[in-house]
Amino acid sequence: MIRLENVTKVYARGARPALDRVSLDVERGEFVFLVGASGSGKSTFLRLVLREERASAGRVFVAGKELGTLSSWKVPQLRRQIGAVFQDFRLLPNKTVFENVAFALQVIGKPRHHILTTVPDTLEMVGLAGKEKRRPHELSGGEQQRVAIARAFVNRPNILLCDEPTGNLDPTTSLGIMRLLDRINRTGTTVVMATHDDEIVDQMRKRVIELSTGELVRDQSRGVYGSDR
Amino acid sequence: MRLQFILSEIGLGLRRNLSMTISVVLVTFVSLTFVGSAALLQIQIGKMKDDWYDKVEVSVFLCPQNSSAPTCASGEVSEDQRADIEAALASPEIKPYVEKIYTESKEDAFTAFQKQFKDQAWTAAVTVDDMNSSFRIKLTDPQKYQLVADVVSGRAGVEDVQDQQRLFDKLFSVLNHATLLAGGLAAVMLLAAVLLITTTIRLSALSRRRETGIMRLVGASTFFIQLPFMLEGAIAATVGALLAVGGLWIGVEYLVSDWLSESVNWIPYVDTADVLTVAPILIVIAILLAAISSLVTLSRYTKV
Repeated sequence: MIRLENVTKVYARGARPALDRVSLDVERGEFVFLVGASGSGKSTFLRLVLREERASAGRVFVAGKELGTLSSWKVPQLRRQIGAVFQDFRLLPNKTVFENVAFALQVIGKPRHHILTTVPDTLEMVGLAGKEKRRPHELSGGEQQRVAIARAFVNRPNILLCDEPTGNLDPTTSLGIMRLLDRINRTGTTVVMATHDDEIVDQMRKRVIELSTGELVRDQSRGVYGSDR
Repeated sequence: MRLQFILSEIGLGLRRNLSMTISVVLVTFVSLTFVGSAALLQIQIGKMKDDWYDKVEVSVFLCPQNSSAPTCASGEVSEDQRADIEAALASPEIKPYVEKIYTESKEDAFTAFQKQFKDQAWTAAVTVDDMNSSFRIKLTDPQKYQLVADVVSGRAGVEDVQDQQRLFDKLFSVLNHATLLAGGLAAVMLLAAVLLITTTIRLSALSRRRETGIMRLVGASTFFIQLPFMLEGAIAATVGALLAVGGLWIGVEYLVSDWLSESVNWIPYVDTADVLTVAPILIVIAILLAAISSLVTLSRYTKV
């Protein structure tokens, strides 16, 4: 589903690479934790997969396409297969829960009847049934993140990228979010989650990829957060 | 769903930047009014040329009684002098340029004069002998005036040679200068309009950065993201153009048709039909303005 071949990313000429000759493979339906200190290259990895950045060297394949040669007008098509969730939720404050999720379908031109059936289904799946008319500021952090996940998942993407989705949440709420991501993973969606949350990683026992100053230092199935434990 | 969605986005954007939208409308209104005025002035010149150049003629005024001109020292033009002038006009070097010559006697001139100024009290004091008899020469090419004038002017019995086209050309040059002025102001205002539309679109794009960011993330096409901004600019500019057309229409209807053509009625004037001819041009210019501004701005502010 996602393959990196010797990928290097340098932002500014002469600076230390954000990613340094990284090669890895993520299969369809896998659940992968991406760990490492701040500045280790986790976010760069996610940005490369979303084709917000291009690799400086090496090749990135996502859903069978090589992103280096993908023309920019095909990028939207690529992103429709990828859902993305962030630490800061990125909801639209003046839209209701329903509208926030529907927005993702409206802007890619989905027909009205499709939106009217898919959005409530997805909201129910993430556990927000009955809260369609609320606005983001009326919800708790965990609920807001569920809205964001619903928005990322409403178009049934093949890949779900999560950039520290539990970074702003308390442990109990985080656990709820993890259960939700696990459920989404079980539908066959590939989930890649960058995180600092050692408890969650240790508990879930999924594949762990560790980056350190841009280099891949560990790739362990059923791994834990810290390699020295 | 798509259309409805885009329309609601446009409405939102226009309302959110209401003061900027209004300023775009006003600036395009003023600039296109200048463009339209320049166009109407040119149409006016064209109409007058069409109407007058057919009638343009060179008038050779012959000496009346009591003229102070040196060529009239012998008093009123004599038959010999008259024949001499006619012979000169028929000479081979200027013959090809002369289409037709007709003679106006002083009695004819007097009748025409009385008719033209019948309302004025002082016409009663003018007698037949105060009038000039004249040769009216129609030229095959109005530009060759000087050739004809050189042959006849300065001859005994000729008081004055007048080319009507000269008079018109002065008027046309005034109108042409007015066109240039209107055009220059239009150019400055159009530049202001482009800059203002650019700023408005940029503000609008910045104020909706959150929305456009999410749109990019979930895979909306660049066209779909940019369309509302482009249409916002285009709608504001088109409203400005329509106001300009309305302004010109009112101006022509009340200033020209109702007032000028009533008071100075011997000139063919532009009318509201001409405004409607200019209207599509103004609207196209407005849309071009908006399109140029959008292209410049959006490529920078809503990158994929």
